[in-house]
Amino acid sequence: MAMREIRLVAAFGLLLGFAGAAGGAERFGIGRPATEAEIAAWNIDIDRDGLKLPPGRGRVAHGREIFAAQCAACHGATGEGGLGERLVGGRGTLASAKPVKTVGSFWPYAPTLFDYIRRAMPMNAPQSLSDDDVYAVSGYVLHLNGLAPEDAVFDARSLAAIRMPNRDGFVPDPRPDVKP
Amino acid sequence: MSDSDTTIPARRRFLVQGAAAAVGAVAGSARAEEATPPGIPDGMKAPGADVGSQTYGTPSRFEAGLIRNVPKGLKQYTSASSRSPLQDLDGILTPNGLFYERHHGGIPEIDPARHRLLIHGLVERPLVLTMEDIRRFPSESHIHFLECSGNPGFEAIKGKTASDLVGLVSCAEWTGVRLATVLREAGLKPEAQWVVAEGADSAAMTRSIPIAKCLNDALLVYSQNGERLRPQQGYPLRVFLPGFEGNMSVKWLRRLNVSAEPAYSREETSKYTDLMPDGTARQFTFVMEAKSIITRPSGTQRIAPGFHEITGIAWTGRGRIRGVQVTTDGGKTWQDAVLQEPVLNRALTRFRLPWTGDGAPTTIAGRAIDETGYVQPTFEDLTAVRGLKSFYHNNAVVPWRIAADGEVANGYA
Repeated sequence: MAMREIRLVAAFGLLLGFAGAAGGAERFGIGRPATEAEIAAWNIDIDRDGLKLPPGRGRVAHGREIFAAQCAACHGATGEGGLGERLVGGRGTLASAKPVKTVGSFWPYAPTLFDYIRRAMPMNAPQSLSDDDVYAVSGYVLHLNGLAPEDAVFDARSLAAIRMPNRDGFVPDPRPDVKP
Repeated sequence: MSDSDTTIPARRRFLVQGAAAAVGAVAGSARAEEATPPGIPDGMKAPGADVGSQTYGTPSRFEAGLIRNVPKGLKQYTSASSRSPLQDLDGILTPNGLFYERHHGGIPEIDPARHRLLIHGLVERPLVLTMEDIRRFPSESHIHFLECSGNPGFEAIKGKTASDLVGLVSCAEWTGVRLATVLREAGLKPEAQWVVAEGADSAAMTRSIPIAKCLNDALLVYSQNGERLRPQQGYPLRVFLPGFEGNMSVKWLRRLNVSAEPAYSREETSKYTDLMPDGTARQFTFVMEAKSIITRPSGTQRIAPGFHEITGIAWTGRGRIRGVQVTTDGGKTWQDAVLQEPVLNRALTRFRLPWTGDGAPTTIAGRAIDETGYVQPTFEDLTAVRGLKSFYHNNAVVPWRIAADGEVANGYA
């Protein structure tokens, strides 16, 4: 791009402010288009409503086996915590002097469990579990919290259908909240 | 050291060792007398080290104690933090090697030639950018602080030094491209409200950034204090959000997903949310509010009666520091400290106050006021509103107790 054009683009950006210019047509022609296949291979984001959950399914019973093999060393045999976070219990404690924040007591959305386990767990080998296994172990953690029966099978629809106990427990940021 | 020992000639090695032995003997010996005027220091009697004897310079070996403050005895260090040694730093810029760390899945080693940034979602033109591509965009440099939102928590504030208490803050000059410029290249669709950033670490760290911040002062950064980012700071590319909690400035950035909604990732639901006494949790608590700490005199230091310059750092995520007030009598009276110019937007600001102590026990503290008029609260006022369980965003005044023997200690403990 010629120097003059760059200056024009910069001046235009300043005139509009960056907010105004962000959707506009001024471009430098840098980078290459991403293909659908590349995006699909990279994008592992799951939304809170579970609309982006992938195909696949897993049984709570299978999740129990995965948990014992892959998770229990850090999170405890029944999710009571250890090197890793406590995952189970704590319902009804959030407003107490000793709140216990777990998947069952604090996490607002079940699909986030799938998102997090898939992207970051187990800590020594993240992104090593199949989607089926992630469904299974997500279901087992929900089962440990009394949020799914032992014979449950989880897939995109049934995971999205779980209503977490603390779903409505979050509020916007009211700060500044402390007056001098 | 061992490298240079094996590469310099024997005669020079002898000189180096001789100098080291002389320096080692300085403490409390006759040689110390010889080195003071009118004696001739050893360094004047023979040439020093050659130009280029260190191809990447390191501090004097007499400063070997100036290191990151790494907690001892943690259960694991993959997801943990180390702190800047605030009490031993001057000015406002943190040396890159002493910048605080907080990683959630360790520090990845990334070859910039193989690194790619994918921009997708609600954009007209999904893009793949190489690091060379990113460096072609118009660049900017800005000095800003970065602070972890849990710095410190609200309970058991038992640290001894300024670093122990508030060492999860650092400040640097950041160079990169405005995120708005890169988003413009991809073309935002009208529904775009959030940008979800993902890191290329083993936590695949994921945070959602409101579009207003993305189009205002957000940066994609590749350099820090003039050199490429250190691996601990996200090499080769990170997000930088001035004034926002550090976790959102996603390191090792590899993907930006432009969305209508936040991701509601684990790090913005079960973590980085602030639990209140009524059991609700504040979510998307981004801004780091005004804060300050006296770094000298501070915990574990010992002062004699007489003149001391009280100095420290102040900062606010809402803009510039307007003033810092210092008390030397336990909060009965407050004096305006002098701010070191230039006072920069969302950067550390150095403050100083000359003080002559009379040796009597007292408590000193500073409180910051920012350009919005916000005043850094006391711990009592802050926790009266938020309780003790919110963990994040403790910006309370830090008191230092000075004992009759001059020992300075944590005023909380």
